[in-house]
Amino acid sequence: MATVSLRNIHKTFGKTEVIHGIDCDIEDGEFVVLLGPSGCGKSTVLRMIAGLETVSRGEIRIGDQVVNKLEPAERDIAMVFQNYALYPHMNVAKNMAYGLKIRGMPQQEIDKRVNRAAEILELTPYLSRKPRQLSGGQRQRVAMGRCIVRQPKVFLFDEPLSNLDAKLRAQMRLELRNLHEKLGITSIYVTHDQVEAMTLGNRLMVINDGRAEQIGSPLAVYEQPKSLFVAGFIGSPAMNFLKAKLTNDNQTAQLPDGACIDLPGRARSDAKSDEIVLGIRPEHFQPTDASDANICLDVDHVETLGADTLVHGRLSHQSDPLTIRLTDVHHFDRHHRLRVTVAPERLHVFDPETGSRMAIRQPDRHA
Amino acid sequence: MVENRPWLTAMTHACLILGVIVLAFPIYVTFVASTHSLETITSYFPLLPGDQLIENYTRALTVGSRDVGATVGAMMFNSFIMAIGITCGKIAISLLAAYAIVYFRFRFRMFFFWTIFITLMLPVEVRILPTYKVVADLHMLNSYSGLIFPLIASATATFLFRQFFMTVPDELCEAARIDGAGPLRFFFDILLPMSRTSIAALFVILFIYGWNQYLWPLLITTDESHYTLLIGIKRMLDVGEGQAEWQIIMASTMLAMIPPVLVVVFMQKQFVRGMTETEK
Repeated sequence: MATVSLRNIHKTFGKTEVIHGIDCDIEDGEFVVLLGPSGCGKSTVLRMIAGLETVSRGEIRIGDQVVNKLEPAERDIAMVFQNYALYPHMNVAKNMAYGLKIRGMPQQEIDKRVNRAAEILELTPYLSRKPRQLSGGQRQRVAMGRCIVRQPKVFLFDEPLSNLDAKLRAQMRLELRNLHEKLGITSIYVTHDQVEAMTLGNRLMVINDGRAEQIGSPLAVYEQPKSLFVAGFIGSPAMNFLKAKLTNDNQTAQLPDGACIDLPGRARSDAKSDEIVLGIRPEHFQPTDASDANICLDVDHVETLGADTLVHGRLSHQSDPLTIRLTDVHHFDRHHRLRVTVAPERLHVFDPETGSRMAIRQPDRHA
Repeated sequence: MVENRPWLTAMTHACLILGVIVLAFPIYVTFVASTHSLETITSYFPLLPGDQLIENYTRALTVGSRDVGATVGAMMFNSFIMAIGITCGKIAISLLAAYAIVYFRFRFRMFFFWTIFITLMLPVEVRILPTYKVVADLHMLNSYSGLIFPLIASATATFLFRQFFMTVPDELCEAARIDGAGPLRFFFDILLPMSRTSIAALFVILFIYGWNQYLWPLLITTDESHYTLLIGIKRMLDVGEGQAEWQIIMASTMLAMIPPVLVVVFMQKQFVRGMTETEK
């Protein structure tokens, strides 16, 4: 077990730089999820920590040791791959024991550790099977077993659940969570699946185009996204973005159709223009009967999911589509006018120029 | 295609049986000839096996033809050494060459790959004069090393293993690196066992290739103690005006067919698997 720290790490392939300086301190026993769209460089970061890619610039430390120049085997890490990468000609026990055997551990100790890992992962009946005789979930567990027996400082996971079907994925997600709680080993987990990211991680690092857009707890990332990218990437269905203008001394947002929405406070006033982007999550709309409701939706179509209903529509006179998520089952006709409100504290305000979140000062109650 | 038409089934079988007869008849004739005395074969040709089977084969194996000084047993041994030497050598060299080309980044990697690939176009027959000169200058005429070494490099096998290695997922190599396996351990512990079926398939092909080598041994073996069986049979025929000992020649021919057949029979399962499936 150890801390991992990334100091301004860069990666260039040939002339193209793909990682543009990432800083992060991962604490002992923490579970950090690297999340981002495909091609954003999250796997590259993981592979640099593993030692499978060289670091072009910057410094990676595991514990107190700078590991930039160390071979993967010398870094005391273990990694689970997306396609499991089990040795096809070895049985489960041998797959797990291989790394220990190379390190010259006595056979007795190897057996003890393999049996213990098999017990934890419920693989004991399969120890003498070959990987091709196992199901996807079992193979995944063997890959994890191979990591556990090593008792490494850091676990690295490269999209380990992507090859499993939806039901098994949910189950393995829980198992991973339990395993981490049981063993308490520092873990770094790469995924593009936000459900995995939200449920597994103590902290998330949202990566976009080789930059860490935001690092924080899953809820903080969900509630206070630092940028338009993070706001749009986290949450499903994605957050709605509305173009608006600041009015009323920066305390109100005016939509193009004239509707006004009160902000929870005064938006940062040093912006050059009064243009803003208003972000509202689909689940934060409340249907209302009040005639003074400030948002009117022209319903296009409705998706009933059972537990929720997704309503797709447009604001009058505006072409940007909008999605609203209502709990329970609702039926609306096309072109039904749906009145909704949003609690002011649920609003997110972004600067359209920089894409970053605008600070909102709470109103001075004494004034 | 599964069709239930009796006359079609009958026709299919008739065609197949006819094919088998056409292919097997020469071998049958060889066998028949090897079981008669020379007088019988040369006077009228019998169509049924005779009574000289044990006599002819024992003479071939232990004494040999009167026209060649070596026994068929000794020549079979020579052929066997040569075939095994070529097979094992080719497999070992090709595996290592393919391993280097696929898994290591070194200067001129592609240049070497293409050089190997181009040698596919240069069979023994094309480079036979310079090769002979080199082997002669190294005093390797009439020796096992002279028989084996010039034929030991194989672009085909290298290419085959390269293709196989390229289908092995990179993650496997990375997992081994994380487990602490160096390049040699990865090769012996993981890559080699995974290539088992390909190696078996190549073994069959290369053994038959080595066993059936004709031109090269014909050139460099002048001493009867190093004749391979095929050369021996050829020499048995070179009797000028005299009468060739056909019954011994035919017996030797039958014996020459046995090892390749045995290799095919015993490695058939592995061979088919190596040709059709890749274990991953």
